[in-house]
Amino acid sequence: MRELVWLVPALPLAGLIINGIIGKPLMRKNEGLVGTLASALVGGSFLISLLIFLEMLSLPAGERGFEKILYTWIQSESFKVVIGFQVDQLSGLMILVVSGVGFVIHLYSMGYMHKDPGYYRYFSYLNLFTFSMLILVLANNFLLMFVGWEAVGLSSYLLIGFWFERKSAADAGKKAFIVNRVGDFGFLLGMLLIVTTFGTLDFSGVFAAAPDKLTSGGLLVTVITLLLFAGAIGKSAQIPLYVWLPDAMEGPTPVSALIHAATMVTAGVYMVARASSLFVLAPFTLGLIAVIGAGTALFAATIGMVQNDIKRVLAYSTISQLGYMFLAAGVAAFSASIFHLITHAFFKALLFLAAGSVIHSLHNQMDMRNMGGLKSKLPLTFAAFLIGALAIAGIPGLSGFFSKDEIIWQSYVSPFGGPVLWFVATLTAGLTAFYMFRVVFMTFFGSMRVKQEVRPKIHESPKVMAIPLVILAFLSIIGGYVGVPKLLGGSGKIFEFLAPVFPEAVAEVHGGMTEEGILMGISVIVSLLGILSAYLMYVYDPSLPERMAQGARRTYNVLSQKYYVDEFYDAVLVQPIKRLSLFLWSVFDSLGIDGMVNGVASVVAGGSARLRKLQTGFVQNYALGLLLGVIIILGYLVLR
Amino acid sequence: MPLFFVLAAISVISGLLMITSRNPVTSVIWMILSLMGVAGIFLTLGAEFLAIIQVLVYAGAILVLFLFIIMLLNLRAELVASHTLPQKVVAAILGAVLLYEVVVVSSTGVEESVKGTVDVAKVAVQGNSEAVARLLFSDFLFPFEIVSVLLLVAIVGAIILGRKEF
Amino acid sequence: MAPLSYYLILSALLFVIGGVGVLTRRSAIMIFMSIELMLNAVNITFVAFSYYLNQLTGQLIVLFVITVAAAEAAVGLGIMVALYRNRESLNVDEINLLKG
Repeated sequence: MRELVWLVPALPLAGLIINGIIGKPLMRKNEGLVGTLASALVGGSFLISLLIFLEMLSLPAGERGFEKILYTWIQSESFKVVIGFQVDQLSGLMILVVSGVGFVIHLYSMGYMHKDPGYYRYFSYLNLFTFSMLILVLANNFLLMFVGWEAVGLSSYLLIGFWFERKSAADAGKKAFIVNRVGDFGFLLGMLLIVTTFGTLDFSGVFAAAPDKLTSGGLLVTVITLLLFAGAIGKSAQIPLYVWLPDAMEGPTPVSALIHAATMVTAGVYMVARASSLFVLAPFTLGLIAVIGAGTALFAATIGMVQNDIKRVLAYSTISQLGYMFLAAGVAAFSASIFHLITHAFFKALLFLAAGSVIHSLHNQMDMRNMGGLKSKLPLTFAAFLIGALAIAGIPGLSGFFSKDEIIWQSYVSPFGGPVLWFVATLTAGLTAFYMFRVVFMTFFGSMRVKQEVRPKIHESPKVMAIPLVILAFLSIIGGYVGVPKLLGGSGKIFEFLAPVFPEAVAEVHGGMTEEGILMGISVIVSLLGILSAYLMYVYDPSLPERMAQGARRTYNVLSQKYYVDEFYDAVLVQPIKRLSLFLWSVFDSLGIDGMVNGVASVVAGGSARLRKLQTGFVQNYALGLLLGVIIILGYLVLR
Repeated sequence: MPLFFVLAAISVISGLLMITSRNPVTSVIWMILSLMGVAGIFLTLGAEFLAIIQVLVYAGAILVLFLFIIMLLNLRAELVASHTLPQKVVAAILGAVLLYEVVVVSSTGVEESVKGTVDVAKVAVQGNSEAVARLLFSDFLFPFEIVSVLLLVAIVGAIILGRKEF
Repeated sequence: MAPLSYYLILSALLFVIGGVGVLTRRSAIMIFMSIELMLNAVNITFVAFSYYLNQLTGQLIVLFVITVAAAEAAVGLGIMVALYRNRESLNVDEINLLKG
């Protein structure tokens, strides 16, 4: 089965090609066919991933790594790059999540995008997105990974700007692309440094040689990892490059789900985990990752507390959760990071799809101030959203609890961690619970604030949208049970499973200590406090938030304006670059380059206007010219 | 020797008359005479086959075609234009220079040329046509085929050019 | 037998006569005939060299030249007819479509 790993990305690629070429006529004939084809191909990809994964499980731990080389891409003396896929515990798990969650989102999209004029285009982009992410995950070298990395950026651009007739959507697409480029530049430079250092880009070659060629904590490895991390910052929306993700909400909601859950933003986390052998050699970088992760988690959570757009809250929550993953990676708890990535994929996809269901039923209403009381109208959506919210809030028993708690514990106990990181992580857990339940209460509880004319049309979503919700809700509940800590009688299977792909030097502490229990209790209490305060503010006394906002007007404004970061970037980066570009345009382009080009053109035009006079059009003039030529040539021979 | 001079005189004089006579039909007649003179020159050089071809193709076919066109289009004598005199003077001067140069150039270095093995005079006695044919269908077979294609293209071209709606 | 240079001078004479014809005549068809005369002049050179250099190749070239002349006459005269049909004249002083 593992030999067929190439089929995993190839099937979505086939969908892209088919729908991209004949999707339009196919859609006119039968819309369902386009969506079914795209979904079925991703489903097939998931099935193969599942079979590969099961086959891997049946093997002993030492034989689980596998590489399939398809094609020699670049061969230049000793430097060689192949198109090859690597299946090991990490990528095996990732393709499962990417194709699985991707498949569910494809299904959901068939209902959500029903009757959209760009239906076929949407599904080909969606296939492209899945394909790119699978390439990224399966690549066995940095360059192929970079190909997937860039293709993910491209498809996110296409999908965020899917409704490109709307200027805000087109702008958001561009913003995502350009902000990502900043990070990609770092990745590219890091890759070049790796080539000059190791002479190869293969993961196996680089990681095997890393401990010998690089001194731990040395300058070179720190620079390489910092550059790679810059790429991860861009793709995974961390401070300072997170600004594109909230704007990415301009795309269709299932796209947001795909970007936030299965693909795109997890790429950075995956890359750091994949290159963990390098990162553990650079304690400085790890520290920076942990600080940025924790900082982003807290920062985004505070912004999320005051947003009124349901999708924006979810966007900031994604940034915050990604911060958690980086925090885990920063304290060298890579498997905890991946564990949270997986559970997050489940519940965040669930939350987005449920939010999409709400938006869909309210006819594209996204402002929570115009919702409320939908609990009885949309029971299934409510249940799904509640499960997702409980999971992300870290309520014991659901998937988010296990993964988040593992991170919080690791941030405390790891040799790279400490009480400060732990405090930030726990505080953020409370804030997360607060803003998620703020959404729950504002949307589903309280008085109905939906506009009168929309009210009668509120309806539960069609089956094709409901089934994915059920699947994801189920996964959000049980997804965590592969990583139940020993303290609670579990065995931490996923950590054992993932351990072989991460460097042994930093074995994670999974001991069942009383300390862990105390910390766990604290974080659960903090989360419950968050939920309680959300209840008090939005159900018990709905006028409280307004009064609080009045009381702390300045703080509220700073938060609701997202710390004015966009404005800051605009003033410090965008405007000066614009002015410089204008200057360069008016001086260099208009005068210098254009002057040169126009000058050449006018010289040629003037010269030819004169030369043209030679062409009289009379045959005998030409004959005379010929004869004169002959006379001159012969004259030369005579006089020689 | 005398034969050569007679034939050369015929060619040159009728050539001169050809380019000077105003009436195109007269010109064609003089040209036929000039070509006959050249055919005679070919005979003195032992190229009987070419001499026959010269008469058949040039005089018999090409010039008849000229004549036919002239009559078809009913061309009359050219009118004398005002700029004719300077044009003729220039042409005469250039012609004289060209003649001098061609004579000088073509008579230099002839003696150093590499001689072949075929004594054309003797071949002529035994059968010039046979010798030419042998060479044409062996060493020159490929150019021969190309030329046949050229003729085909010319036929097609002439037909297309002759169509009314062109 | 006349020496080679005589033939070459004859050839040069005919060539120049043809050239002067091309330059002075104003009817397209006369220019065309003058060109044929120039071709003949060259043919004489070929045959003369063939005789004096003991090679038949020259004669074969002349054969090809005559063929090309025939093809040229066919196409050229076709052009003349088309030209005359459109312009009612073959006077090259009146034809300057290629004027720049």
